[in-house]
Amino acid sequence: MAKLAESTDGLCSVPALLQRNAEKFSDRPAYREKEYGIWQSWTWKEASKEIEALALGLLNLGVNRGDHVAIIGRNRPYLYWSMVAAQMVGAVPVPLYADAVAEEMEYVLSHCGARFVIAADQEQVDKVIDIQEHLHQFEHMLYVDPRGMRKYDHRRLHEFSHVQDQGRAAYDEFIEDLKIRIGELTYDSTCVMLYTSGTTGKPKGVVLSNRNIIASAKASSEFDGLTEKEEILAYLPMAWVGDFIFSLGQAYWAGFCVNCPESAETMKTDLREIAPSYYFAPPAVFEGQLTQIMIRMEDAGNFKKKMFHHYMAHARKVGPDLLEGKPVGMMDRLKYAMGEFMVYGPLKNALGFSNVRVGYTAGEAIGPELFDFYRSLGINLKQLYGQTEATVFITQQPDGEVRSDTVGVPSPGVEIRIEDSGEVFYRSPGTFVEYYNNPESTADTKDAEGWVATGDAGFFEKSSGHLRIIDRIKDVGKMSDGGMFAPKYVENKLKFYPNILEVVVFGAGRDRCTAFVNIDLTAVGNWAERNNIAYASYQELAGHPEVLDTIQSHIEETNISIAQDEMLAGCQIHRFLILHKELDADDGEMTRTRKVRRKIVGEKFDDLVTALYDGSDEIYTETEVTYEDGRKGKITATLQIRDTKVQPVAAKIAAE
Amino acid sequence: MTETEGYVTADGRQIGGQLMELKNITLKFGGVTAISDISFDIHEGEIRAIIGPNGAGKSSMLNIISGFYTPTIGELWYKGSKRPAMKPFEIARMGVARTFQNIALFEGMTVLDNVMTGRLTHMNAGIGAQALWYGKARDEEIANREVVEKVIDFLEIQNIRKTPVGRLPYGLKKRVELARALAAEPSILLLDEPMAGMNVEEKEDMSRFILDVNDEFGTTICLIEHDMGVVMDLSDRVVVMDYGKKIGDGPPDEVRNNQDVIDAYLGVPH
Repeated sequence: MAKLAESTDGLCSVPALLQRNAEKFSDRPAYREKEYGIWQSWTWKEASKEIEALALGLLNLGVNRGDHVAIIGRNRPYLYWSMVAAQMVGAVPVPLYADAVAEEMEYVLSHCGARFVIAADQEQVDKVIDIQEHLHQFEHMLYVDPRGMRKYDHRRLHEFSHVQDQGRAAYDEFIEDLKIRIGELTYDSTCVMLYTSGTTGKPKGVVLSNRNIIASAKASSEFDGLTEKEEILAYLPMAWVGDFIFSLGQAYWAGFCVNCPESAETMKTDLREIAPSYYFAPPAVFEGQLTQIMIRMEDAGNFKKKMFHHYMAHARKVGPDLLEGKPVGMMDRLKYAMGEFMVYGPLKNALGFSNVRVGYTAGEAIGPELFDFYRSLGINLKQLYGQTEATVFITQQPDGEVRSDTVGVPSPGVEIRIEDSGEVFYRSPGTFVEYYNNPESTADTKDAEGWVATGDAGFFEKSSGHLRIIDRIKDVGKMSDGGMFAPKYVENKLKFYPNILEVVVFGAGRDRCTAFVNIDLTAVGNWAERNNIAYASYQELAGHPEVLDTIQSHIEETNISIAQDEMLAGCQIHRFLILHKELDADDGEMTRTRKVRRKIVGEKFDDLVTALYDGSDEIYTETEVTYEDGRKGKITATLQIRDTKVQPVAAKIAAE
Repeated sequence: MTETEGYVTADGRQIGGQLMELKNITLKFGGVTAISDISFDIHEGEIRAIIGPNGAGKSSMLNIISGFYTPTIGELWYKGSKRPAMKPFEIARMGVARTFQNIALFEGMTVLDNVMTGRLTHMNAGIGAQALWYGKARDEEIANREVVEKVIDFLEIQNIRKTPVGRLPYGLKKRVELARALAAEPSILLLDEPMAGMNVEEKEDMSRFILDVNDEFGTTICLIEHDMGVVMDLSDRVVVMDYGKKIGDGPPDEVRNNQDVIDAYLGVPH
């Protein structure tokens, strides 16, 4: 693998960046946290003093080079300082998920062999004390918030501020050693170790070097033109790579200010007060906000409601074009400016998005409606695709080329290769060093040339050069004619319709695709109420002919959009039925996190799957259900099966 | 009076000397005797519970301590001296704060403003300075706000700081009331049925806060409560009342096995 250029100006570690910022941006704010109702702030100069005091205190406690220092708690400046202080003394910070239960922490703490733990408060301290007997290497714990801690045995426990005080007191004794240790840090020394969430098996410790962090932070800051004037709100878990790169990597590279909310519950108020210029949130957060807006608009007065809908319709028409700098007529511009004054401006202000210059979403597919809503308001919301092993960035969308169904072009410095199986591979300066103490997994994921398998299937769109992610590679199958079968891709498209709660698509090894649908009882129930349609149960509503018509039209619309994808045109749905019961975790049809267990559903409703393929119009079925109290019952139903209109595939290809 | 010694609780906490002593208290409303000849004391730093069936006179007792009622007969000694008949606000200035059985907050005001009212006894600036928010009034408000913010942080109600109290659920209102009482930085805190009408989770939260207050600030707490489980877990010593008389007094375990107490709660065949 070609060696990438070494860092410029000797900025080869986070502590070196801190030193630079303390000089270059000395009086600009580095951290803010709302406490006691006021935003307390620290400039870069002050922050570097605080971090230095902590680092000296850690030396005083006997932290060695290469030790792992676990950091547990919600986003607070003190914990970010802890990570940098640990780096300064040559140790490796390991942030943990604050909401993890004690057993999960035990695995991670013993796997990395943490000698030191820095915990936010009593709650986290208690968890570690519960498991400390099983941790052989564990020696000392620091806590930030002294509340409730007075009566604990303080032989191995230390208050954060006391450790800093001791560090300041021992300045002369340790400062030389500290300087030597900071000087020893190179571009290849470990910067941080982050544990993957472990959806498959035990969590793995991803080792990221200074090169990974700094090169990624540099490239991505330049990509979006981030400067020291940005404001971000740090509210996502500290153990997640995204937070590390946004709140530490990019913040230190560009020198901008990291704001920490007062508590998890005050996040929305704090967001409004800070009005960040750079913002990240998973789709679920945006979705929650949109639902809130819509509910509050329903309760608003008639005039406001009308004004809102009128201007939102206009925003949807011209907003995205304005954002991308495409030509828009004079009248439309004027009307949009009026809307900005009357609706969009106040709305963005209420959401805390008034100053957002760059916003990102990632993690799951985001509905086009949802995406367009925010973009039409003039919020530059974009998508990125990444993972811990890549130090976040694999692809991202440049300004002016934003779409809801792609994840953008390769980030600067990232090479991407698509295998014949459809799996996406990448290689970049951000590519992780290894999985800690796990050479087999490292070898499985990363080959000798540095290419890393993402586990996702995708392809580059010919027209735009953007990457599209279809599904997890293990879920992608082949249809009998050899075409690609990507059930989740189709299901996600359908689930964006409010009337549809769940979809299960079948078609692996078959000649065409079919689907089970669960309607959303809230949305469809609401429709039934407005149209005076009486129903007694989910089953009855699900069997209503008009409901079937509606779902059929949704599927036909989706087929049209699927047909435009030459690779996935074969995944159009030919037949469907609406299930007579909601898929439920109690019946084993879903996981507790509400992910459909495709295989189990297929086996359980074997008769229905057969009916979808044998051409019958209706089918009688009996299903066993488990009630919440554990009793079992049986429901019977006769389900109608509908054929849907399918777009011709061959014609489309011929036309290209 | 003689200063009694403190004691050590079952869980090893050192309790200070006597903070308040009630001597032979009798309270009559016309011909009705609400409380007859009750004596007990409250030590510094303890959690003292008053329990008893409905109409036993518990709330009247709390009203005597807070100075709302003056006992017909009997003396109340506080911090080593006999307390004369006083107005409630004068007693509040002496470091007695309370919460009410039926929440008594200003519903239209925000949580923050409500808690700020708990600091009124600590404000001395004149009405003119207050109106102009000038000089002493301003300094005082800033100092008081800091105390209030620490209480808000302590009781974890930051997210409702600016919410009008009328919009809050019952359990949170109770917590706001506790915040207001705490903001006064009392030396003795009176809680009149702090858990009434709460669900299990709210009760757990409230219990934790009561223990934390006692632990962090060393505040002496006197509480009335019906939930026996809560009383037995929280309190260091318990007074049991029935028909205005004291029928038991001592640590929870002792009171639990007292035959008179069992009879009062479960009834006896006549």
